[in-house]
Amino acid sequence: MRSETSIRLMQGNEACAEGAVAAGMRFFAGYPITPSTEIAEHLAAILPKVGGKFIQMEDEIASISAVIGASLTGAKSMTATSGPGFSLKQESIGFAAIAEVPCVIVNVMRVGPSTGVPTAPSQADVMQARWGTHGDHPVVVLCPTSVAETYTLIVEAFNISERWRIPVIFLMDEVVGHMREKVEIPDSGKLKIVNRAYPDCEPEDYLPFDADAGDGVVPPMADFGTGYRFHVTGLTHDRTGFPTTKRPEVDALIRRLDSKIDKARQEVTFVDEVLTDDADIVVFAYGITARAGAKAVRDARASGIAAGLLKAKTLWPFPDEYVERIAQKARAIVVPEMNMGQLVHEVERASKGKTKVISLTRVDAEPISPSEILSVLKEV
Amino acid sequence: MYKEIRLSGTGGQGLILAGLILAEAAGVYDGYEVIQTQSYGPEARGGASRAEVIISDHVIDYPKVTSPDIVLVMSQQACDRYGRQVKPGGIVLVDDTNVGSIPALEEASVVTLPITDIARHDVGRQVVANVVALGALVGATCIVTPEAMEQAILARVPRGTEELNKKAFSVGLETGREARARHETP
Amino acid sequence: MAKPITYYLRTDKMPHIWCEGCGHGIVLGAVLRAIDSLDLDKDNVCVVSGIGCASRAPGYLDFDTLHTTHGRALAFATGIKMMKPGLDVIVLAGDGDLAAIGGNHLIHAARRNINITTICFNNSIYGMTSGQYSPMTPTGKIATTAPYGHIEEPFDLCELVFAAGASLVGRGAAYHSGPLSRLIAKAIATDGFAFVEAVSQCPTYFGRRNKMKNALAMLDWQKEHAVTKKAASRLSPEELADKFVIGELGTRTRPEYTKRYESIIAAAAKETDENV
Repeated sequence: MRSETSIRLMQGNEACAEGAVAAGMRFFAGYPITPSTEIAEHLAAILPKVGGKFIQMEDEIASISAVIGASLTGAKSMTATSGPGFSLKQESIGFAAIAEVPCVIVNVMRVGPSTGVPTAPSQADVMQARWGTHGDHPVVVLCPTSVAETYTLIVEAFNISERWRIPVIFLMDEVVGHMREKVEIPDSGKLKIVNRAYPDCEPEDYLPFDADAGDGVVPPMADFGTGYRFHVTGLTHDRTGFPTTKRPEVDALIRRLDSKIDKARQEVTFVDEVLTDDADIVVFAYGITARAGAKAVRDARASGIAAGLLKAKTLWPFPDEYVERIAQKARAIVVPEMNMGQLVHEVERASKGKTKVISLTRVDAEPISPSEILSVLKEV
Repeated sequence: MYKEIRLSGTGGQGLILAGLILAEAAGVYDGYEVIQTQSYGPEARGGASRAEVIISDHVIDYPKVTSPDIVLVMSQQACDRYGRQVKPGGIVLVDDTNVGSIPALEEASVVTLPITDIARHDVGRQVVANVVALGALVGATCIVTPEAMEQAILARVPRGTEELNKKAFSVGLETGREARARHETP
Repeated sequence: MAKPITYYLRTDKMPHIWCEGCGHGIVLGAVLRAIDSLDLDKDNVCVVSGIGCASRAPGYLDFDTLHTTHGRALAFATGIKMMKPGLDVIVLAGDGDLAAIGGNHLIHAARRNINITTICFNNSIYGMTSGQYSPMTPTGKIATTAPYGHIEEPFDLCELVFAAGASLVGRGAAYHSGPLSRLIAKAIATDGFAFVEAVSQCPTYFGRRNKMKNALAMLDWQKEHAVTKKAASRLSPEELADKFVIGELGTRTRPEYTKRYESIIAAAAKETDENV
């Protein structure tokens, strides 16, 4: 076997699959869609080798539904798709949010709307990832910029999902999904793995949605089939898990769900800063665009411009505090995105008028190049 | 060192696999930083196909090839499209079995080899033209060590075809080396 | 019954939401008697539903219960069954839920022959949203969305599901609750996908609008229009036109999905061994 070495050349989608299995994921349900399909193909091959299960369902909705069902039995579960399939899954993502079922949904972004350019990269689903489903709901969205980062960040996605009992959206783009880079596979013992909290009470005392039995925010979660005999519903429910329409109980539920993000913010925010300390102009970028940003910043420095890079690996919750701090010292923040300008509005909001925010957009199915960003840096 | 390599041709010629093997040779066996990307049309066979590899001894920021140092063209369409996009001082390796109209370049060298013919006649199987091309690439440019390339090839090819591919690689390597020698001796 | 029916109920969740005269309570009773007759362990039964009147049933049952999104009960149940094949997984859902929005999941669960028992509470109408036509509403009937009479033909769900590959299909009715319960017991005991259509009544939104003024009239209708398979074989197509056939309507032996998946795990393990 070739993988004796811990350094392997991997495709982004393969690293996503391998990292998920390393995180303990044992159930995957999916439906073929470019450019995410390699994730399903790889998992069909490797999951049964670790006693996991793979199924190609009849559609995207069935896939996320099966994932939620499997997670209720205690299995870490995942599905993967691209924009059109992500839209189809939204209703069930809402279910996972209100029923507090941990799961990870991968969206390898391609050009849309609709069928768009199925084989070409985009970053146009960053708002859908946050606001795509109905109702108020907490969600964490992570976005890797390299193949190695895909491997480590998908592990974090599972950790966050399990720790906070929330659906985590893992947003890749076609370039990161399809490119190959070296990945140093950590020894399995060295990865930090988080598992959901199980109840320590007797089944007859179990209140499945009583957060006070846990840390006040996240209720401990029993597995189906272990004697706890509890009810899970997408209706608003009280701490027993049974439906309620009593106004104070509805209010308490929605507010508790939402409070997860405030409590989790520090723990789930992953941001890299490159040369921002003395930077006059800062590029705010994510996904593959952050790689172009890194090159542009290096080239700008070489020509005497004090540029820096704020690379967001967590898109939601939006890293407000980082942007605000940069806004206080930098003359401008440049936001290159492969969409018509989505997160730039968040950058504007978080910078509170303290700096100039410049949007750079590209929607011709090609990634933004370093030279495009560099020319903006030179103009500012 | 920082080198950008573009392999281009037609779907079905095995260029995506060749790109992957080149990247593994450089990254896993020679220890460089490496990125491989690709693009292809919706057709499984016959459409334009392109694999790109960046090899560097530093962390690679941007994964896409912007100004290639080495270009392999294995179809006329690929040659027309990519044959002139090469950095000054770079090398264009042309498979003249499939390319009739070869660009004349002033600032880059053009190395012309009958790669597909070599695979068909000297190795005996046209299907290994991509491996012959990899051999020629190493011979003509020294982009990775021959040892690393051979290991990378053997790790990727289907079981039972190792000898065939070894032969394809060594024939390609020799042809590439000869071409390089011809180039360097005016 | 070996145990009182309350043994299986979350009686503290009563009263239930169903209308006076609704057939769903009778069908649910038949399900519980079937579970009791098989002496299933309460800790080992998982009941899954979608959205609609019938889908509220699991909330009243003392098992692991899951009330999912509209139409997707079988997809959720598939994830549960795959990761815990030892559980007795039962899906309870209405005709709109299973045959309309969830139709795709129904035929594919049958095609895979996954060991899930599905009970369709067929009252021929969308009750929870107050009386729109469903894929099971008979031609000519009145619904809020068919004020001039319904112009579509209903499915024969048992034929559909059997054609898709189920191991067992059958039909019963609220009026014939004893045979219905025995049919459901057989379905649960079947090692493969088993489907029971339980003809139920909705006096509030179907009966009232269709010249059956109360539940009694609707149960009378069931009594008069249900024919056994044997009786049906002696009737002409014309005589059968307004009847429905009850009983076990199709069985076959086919490999079950989660057991088949074990062969994948074995093949993958073999490949791993060969490569080490």
